[in-house]
Amino acid sequence: MSNPLADMDKPDVIFCIGTNMTECHPVAATRIKRAVAQGAKLIVADPRRIALAEMADIYLPLRVGSDVALLLGMAHVIAREGLMDEDFVAARTTEGRDFVEHVLEYPPEWAESITGVDAKLIAEAARWYAKAERGAIYYTLGITEHICGVDNVQSLCNLALMTGNVGREGTGINPMRGQNNIQGAGDSGALPNNYPGFQDVLDPAYQAKFAAAYGREVDLELGPTKVTALDMCGDRIRAMIINGENTVVTDPDREHCEHALRSLDHLVVIDIFLTETAQLADVVLPATAWAETDGVCSNTERRVQRLRKAVDPPGEAKPDWWCVSRIAQRMGLKGFEFESAKQVFNELCSLSPIYAGLDWDVIEHGEYHWPVPERGHPGTPILHQGEFENGRGIFQLIRYRDPAETISEEYPIWLTTGRRLPAYHTRTQTGRAAGIEYLLSEERLEMHPTDVSKWGLEDGGWAMMSSPRGEVRIKVEANDRSPPGTVFASFSFNDVPVNFLTGGGYDPITHTAELKVCPVRVEPV
Amino acid sequence: MSDNSGNGTGFDFEITLDGEKVGVRRGESLYEVSERHRKEIPTLCYDPRLEAFGGCRLCIVELDGARNPVASCTMRAEPGMRITTRSARLDMHRRVLMEMVASENRDMDVDPLSGYASQEMAVLLDRYDARTGRFAGARSGRSRPDDDNPFILRDYENCISCYRCVRVCAEQEGDYAISVMNRGFETQITTEFEGLLGDSACTFCGQCVQTCPTGALADIKALANADVPGETEKTRTVCPYCGVGCAVDLMSRGDKLIGVQPAMDGPANEGALCVKGQFAFDFVQHPDRLAYPMVRGEDGELHETDWDTALDRAAAGFTAAVENHGRHSVYGVASGRAPHEAAYMMQRFIRGAFGTNQIDNCSRA
Ligand code: SF4
Ligand code: SF4
Ligand code: FES
Repeated sequence: MSNPLADMDKPDVIFCIGTNMTECHPVAATRIKRAVAQGAKLIVADPRRIALAEMADIYLPLRVGSDVALLLGMAHVIAREGLMDEDFVAARTTEGRDFVEHVLEYPPEWAESITGVDAKLIAEAARWYAKAERGAIYYTLGITEHICGVDNVQSLCNLALMTGNVGREGTGINPMRGQNNIQGAGDSGALPNNYPGFQDVLDPAYQAKFAAAYGREVDLELGPTKVTALDMCGDRIRAMIINGENTVVTDPDREHCEHALRSLDHLVVIDIFLTETAQLADVVLPATAWAETDGVCSNTERRVQRLRKAVDPPGEAKPDWWCVSRIAQRMGLKGFEFESAKQVFNELCSLSPIYAGLDWDVIEHGEYHWPVPERGHPGTPILHQGEFENGRGIFQLIRYRDPAETISEEYPIWLTTGRRLPAYHTRTQTGRAAGIEYLLSEERLEMHPTDVSKWGLEDGGWAMMSSPRGEVRIKVEANDRSPPGTVFASFSFNDVPVNFLTGGGYDPITHTAELKVCPVRVEPV
Repeated sequence: MSDNSGNGTGFDFEITLDGEKVGVRRGESLYEVSERHRKEIPTLCYDPRLEAFGGCRLCIVELDGARNPVASCTMRAEPGMRITTRSARLDMHRRVLMEMVASENRDMDVDPLSGYASQEMAVLLDRYDARTGRFAGARSGRSRPDDDNPFILRDYENCISCYRCVRVCAEQEGDYAISVMNRGFETQITTEFEGLLGDSACTFCGQCVQTCPTGALADIKALANADVPGETEKTRTVCPYCGVGCAVDLMSRGDKLIGVQPAMDGPANEGALCVKGQFAFDFVQHPDRLAYPMVRGEDGELHETDWDTALDRAAAGFTAAVENHGRHSVYGVASGRAPHEAAYMMQRFIRGAFGTNQIDNCSRA
């Protein structure tokens, strides 16, 4: 997030797109509810009539995967009606002229033809956001899990840049991170294109820095993303080490993924349960879990906080970092003689400019948002205040593209996937917490009642849902949260492996899978 | 103008508190000013996160010029006010109030596992020596035995109608799952249409449980561990689920995790939690946990083994891959669930051992 969570009750206009916040980030959502109660205006764009949509002043029910078109239509209205923040655009951005010319080609009537949202609503939402004293954008995977995920994010940035809604309290472009430390995994350098602290692996200066730190030459080329690596399994990739991820269930196109892992010569999995992925491994190492492990995590607002051990782990389980460093030692490598989480974290701080002012003791109370470039620096709750990281904000000329697969006679229904409040990911954890099954005991396919009768199904009855990649049996639940023509399911239940169906395409830049859009057929069984 | 008395202290004006001049920021209540000076004014219907309500009147103070004591939580401090927080008359008033509370409600010890604020009433009953002793030793019951939800115990016989649960639900959660039936003597805290919580708008965030000062609403999962021996220890950490990063206090006895309470001073959540952070902690001690390393045997199955064997086998596989297929044959996947140290070590391994950038995390899934 460019701005802190505490800012969430400060905007006068809030634009939520592709985020089912009340279910996925409930405590953040309470701040939005409070802002709305205090009079903030709420615009929600989502294919489903989610709880946030019920609260919205303007609800934009767009067709799945049509976000770019919606955002182009909004940008058009802002440009055409002279609602841009000209001072901000002149002082802090480039390519503004080309951008205006570009968006003037896409009136809201055009956007309506693609998104299905009334052009007047699109225009009204654009005006509200542009005229806001403090306008803030919040988004989640509904924006990124598309073949055009990067385009979606860039389109949101364009809106914020043209209206100057960035770099101030109560504004910003705020992705809500899904997993407790997904931000931290990136901060720590677990990326094929960045060293710790987002230092570019293509930059010779950083390469030299890490070659020196780690005592060996390091490639001056990008690594493949995980998605690409899975495609290369059994071919270029022969051995893999996977930490705490149930790849087989969470990744799209499960059959492909299982096949890939099976074709490896060597698979090491470090986890707390014998997940579907761990069951494929040659070596399984038992990790200590949350509540048993000292460590550090970064939340969605870049706040760096300590995790503390309360109880001993079962049996001989060990911290993840210990497992990995001991494998390295067994391979005869030097430089892996770590004895504590503190030592590991402090080495990270010493190599990462955004953590340069931090160490294990400094973050004791969790008050710092990175970047903290030097000792004594107060941290950076709001990004982009004076200047953007690379100088000026650059407008990007984005064009709308159809999803990788679109509905057809054979697969006439849009399936979109997501999460539900009481379940978390593949339920390896929530599924083992007492009482959670009271709230959520099985997966259901959410379908509009008119579709239920149109396809000859029954509320509560079984259906077979299929895509070009496979089929799953799933129970149908009739409700009007999803519009006719669109159905919804989560990927939380292993016995309803919805990700067998998804994965028709990937974003060409981030390789994020198109989990949010998948044409399917649903038939009675 | 904003600082005409405090010499750079950020105060706007002064009042006299128990004979002493103290600084006040505009908009503060008498209670908030007194709290800063540790006056320990008793409260029951007060939760610093909520709009002051003025229901219980325990927080009364003497205000010069006013005939009767005033509720300090709802009265705004004004320049020049003179207040007294302790006096025989206040003590007498407070004792009478506590005796009324005790007589209308079952007077009993409440297990601290019930919730964060669950001891507030019991502590005040002792402080004002107001126990009637009539129901001493009674165990907490359930006045809604039909509500079979596994998280929130509802025992309204202990309810003192402080409305904190109703207010936290409405003001903090924006959910309005709990409401009030019948004002006055017959007051009952209930859900919409008096039904089960599971059928209401309740999301089981547990905020009502944590603010209840009497244990009338209580944490069923924590109470299930009431018989675990040992002292309750609290460890400050962060919720393991989503990216909001809510701070929690983990409760444990010995090596048993027994419950979670929200960290009221958690920087990201300020006391709030959702159902996952509040109630989904016990996966950690599930019997399915992996406790020993495993390696795949000749028979094709995974077998438990010792660390030496497992680490040697893990290392040998990577060494062999490099020898036979080159260093670009190894790939590492870090977790978005594990701490920084796990992700850092994984990339250090891939970069330091193989010199490649063949490392990613699961954010793309
Ligand atoms: S249930 Fe608890 S919090 Fe709610 S009104 Fe009764 S005593 Fe107060
Ligand atoms: S308590 Fe809920 S909102 Fe807070 S971090 Fe945990 S899962 Fe997220
Ligand atoms: S605390 Fe002030 S009236 Fe209850």
